[in-house]
Order: sequence, then C-alpha cells, then structure tokens
Amino acid sequence: MNLFASAIDWILDPANYVGLNAIPLRIGQHLVFSLVTLVFASAIAIPLGYLIGHTGRGRGLAVTTSGGLRAIPTLGLLTLVALWVGIGVVAPYVALTVLAIPPILAGAYTGFEAIDRRTIDAARAVGMSELQIVRKVELPLGLPLLIGGLRSATLQVIATATLAAYVADLGLGRYLFSGLKTRDYAEMLGGSILVILLALALEGIFALIQRFVVPRGVSGRLGTAPKLRTGGPAAAR
Amino acid sequence: MIEFRSVSKRFPDGTLAVEDFSLVLPSHKTTVLVGSSGSGKTTLLRMINRMVDPTSGSVEIDGEDIATLPPVKLRRGIGYVMQNSGLLPHRTVLDNVATVPLLRGTPKRQARADALAMLDTVGLDRALADRYPSQLSGGQQQRVGVARGLAVNPNILLMDEPFGAVDPIVRAELQQELVRLQKELDKTVVFVTHDIEEAFLLGDQIVILRDGGRIAQVGSPAELLANPADDFVASFVGADRGRRALHVERHGNEDVVVDSDGRLAGVLKPESAR
Repeated sequence: MNLFASAIDWILDPANYVGLNAIPLRIGQHLVFSLVTLVFASAIAIPLGYLIGHTGRGRGLAVTTSGGLRAIPTLGLLTLVALWVGIGVVAPYVALTVLAIPPILAGAYTGFEAIDRRTIDAARAVGMSELQIVRKVELPLGLPLLIGGLRSATLQVIATATLAAYVADLGLGRYLFSGLKTRDYAEMLGGSILVILLALALEGIFALIQRFVVPRGVSGRLGTAPKLRTGGPAAAR
Repeated sequence: MIEFRSVSKRFPDGTLAVEDFSLVLPSHKTTVLVGSSGSGKTTLLRMINRMVDPTSGSVEIDGEDIATLPPVKLRRGIGYVMQNSGLLPHRTVLDNVATVPLLRGTPKRQARADALAMLDTVGLDRALADRYPSQLSGGQQQRVGVARGLAVNPNILLMDEPFGAVDPIVRAELQQELVRLQKELDKTVVFVTHDIEEAFLLGDQIVILRDGGRIAQVGSPAELLANPADDFVASFVGADRGRRALHVERHGNEDVVVDSDGRLAGVLKPESAR
C-alpha cells in the first residue's frame, strides 16, 4: 500500500480517536497552543507597532529587529530556552511567540503607515486628540493590514507549533516525533496532513475576516457603486 | 480679529518658511494669502490653529495669544478646509460633517440633524448623506469639506487651497458658492491660494507674499491693481498685461474698453448710466 493511502487510513482509524493521543485532543492542543502564542505575540507587537506607526519613530529599529527575529531558527531557540527553563510548555511558548512577533508588528505599523497622511493631518486639524486619531482613524483604516499580519503569523505558528512536541507532550507534532522514532511513517504523514489541513482552514477563515474588516467606504468595498454627480460634467476625482 | 506679531518659523530641517511676519486680519472679512509655492502661505494659515507653532513671535485671536490655548480645543473652534477635502474615507458624508460637533460633546441626534441642515447650506443633496467620500465627485467632496468646516459654527474659517484640485468649471461654481456663503454667514475667512484671480474674486483683503512669508503688498483688490507697490506685485496681479491692462478706444459715439491683446473687454458707460 502506498504511504499516502496508509496515512489516510491512519487518520481514519478509530483507534486514533480515543485516549490521551486522540486526534481531536491533539488538534485542540495545537489550536489552543497556537492561539495563546498569538495572543502573547499580539500583546507585545500590536501596541508597539501602533506606537511606531502613529509616531513614525523607531521604524528602522523595528525593521532591523524583526529581521533579526525572523532569522532566528525556531528549533534552535526552542532548544536554548528549554535548556534554560527545562522541559515543558514554557520553551515552545517563548520560541513561537518570538516567531509570531515580526509579521504582527509589521502588519500593525504598515497598517498605520499606509493611511494617506492628508487624512490624518485633516483629523488633527479639525481637533482630534492623538488618542482619538489612533482610535477613530488609524485603527479602523489600518485593520486590514493588521489582520494580514495576524494571518501570516497564524500560518507560521500553526506550521511551526509541531516543534512544541520536541520538548512537551503537546499538539499534532507528537505524531511527527513519535512516528519518526518508531518509523511509523503513516502516522508521521497523517500528522503532517492534519497540520496542513488545519493551516488551510485557518487561512480560509482569515481570508474571510480580512475581506470583512475593510471599512465601508474604502476602495474595494464599494467597487461598482453607481456614482451620483451633481458637481458638473467633469467632476470626477 | 487675528493678529500676527513678528512671527517667524524655522522648520527643523533649517528652512526659514516665514520671517518676521506681522499682519492684522480683520473680523468678518475674507483675507486671502496669495503667493507661489515656498511663500509660506500654508505655514501662516496653519499657525492660526496651531498646526504649526511659530519659532518666534505670536499669533493672537481677539487679543488672546493662542500659544496659551490647548491646541485640540483651539482647533475644534476653528473651521478648517483643505485641498483634498481630508474627509475620513471610512465615514459617511453625514458622519464626516458631524465629526467635530460630536468631539465637542454635542448629542448624537442633534449633531446629525445639524449636519443634515449643513448639507443644505453648502448646496448638497441630502440624499448624499449616507454615501462615502469615495462615492462623491471632487466638487462634492469639497462641499462636504466646507460643511465639516462650518459644522461647529466657528468664527474663523481656514481654507487651504480648497478648490485647487477640482476642474475649472466646478472651481468657479464652488467659488461663487463661497461668495454666497460668506454673505450669509459673515465669518472671518483666511484663504490660501496661488491663484490671483481667485484672490480677487474672494478677498476683501489680499496679502501678496514673496518667498519666506515676506509681504509684498497688502490691500483690497482695487488698491493692488491701481497702485501695485512694485514690479513684483504688478506682474503678480497682472496689472501690466492681458485682460487687466485695459485702455479705452473710441468707436463712433461709444467708448469701448480693449485689453492689451486688442480683445474687446466691454463698453465704457458714463457715470450717469449706472
């Protein structure tokens, strides 16, 4: 039997739906772990990104730092932190948070930066305070790009969260590591397929969210809306 | 009354945008700051609502030095209209107009009702209230910009080349509209433009600026045309050429007025015919 078919068989095997190694349980662990990681990363990256985007300061530093963070091999960092804090879930949380910060940070500040400066200047000139500019102008207009950053962070975290199983009994990565150890390639491939499906499902959800958060009135949402003109024959923008 | 007292502005990059500028802008009049780019006209305008703070000197509104006022509060009391309307793209026309009243704490229902009435004032169909700025023509967007500027019923209205980005036909329409509005509302208007024709049309007091915010001449349109202070002003207002340099020619029993290109400008009527 070819490997792919046996992987599918493994996924469908009722024996894999009971006990502490059940597929639904592993998927749940994988999702919760990824979600918590993303919340940690967002808590750090979003306020920082908004600060950079709003003030226009520290962008160079942010680009360099996120470039550096991206270059860190996650497995290496995971091992390093695990050696420091010991075996368990702490090390994967730290390593994956570091992985998720750069795309979210970039999404947060580019979201702000992409807004027409004149819009923000006008908001300030009519009397919005800096906080109001952030809340009422930059936040809604920057949201699509932030969601884009979260989307790519989610994809990376879901895929890389398999590494959590390297130092903890956690997530779909268990199937990969135990399959590798016992040379059960059906289990390994089955686990991989599950990770891929999970990533694709979340990708689909984010694609929907991203379309949904584009504020009404911003190009794309209104597309073919008929234009009503009373301003003269050549009053186009 | 707005008064500039020896105001200078040097930007952090070293450019001296305005140098020792002093001027009184009378209340309920339209003062037009006109000059080419680099004359500091926009910088001067933005000093009135503290979007720019002078490096030295002071700006006073009704005798009060505005440097002592909190900028956000000051700006909420001054209308501001800019070239590209500066509307919030994610808010409807009505919400854009109601923005500042809401910031000032006007109840939502009241603010929206006022905003609707303001659309009438600036000649916009109420049917546009629920549209987004991207659904409007350039001219309509500018009208919404004006409506937003007037929404808090400010004493002062600052206009930074508000009609610069619309085509000539719509521009003429909007200019006439502003003349009408000003007759009705009697605001202290400060208007920035590089277009001398626009300045003549709208201004009670016209300030012609050279580079660095130096005043070439201040006066009413008639004063500038009749007595240009120097060649710079004369050529800027076009008093020496084209359709502003008119002379009279006798044709039969009537005097006709002809411009320097020989084109007929009109008929000269005797004083008794007025």
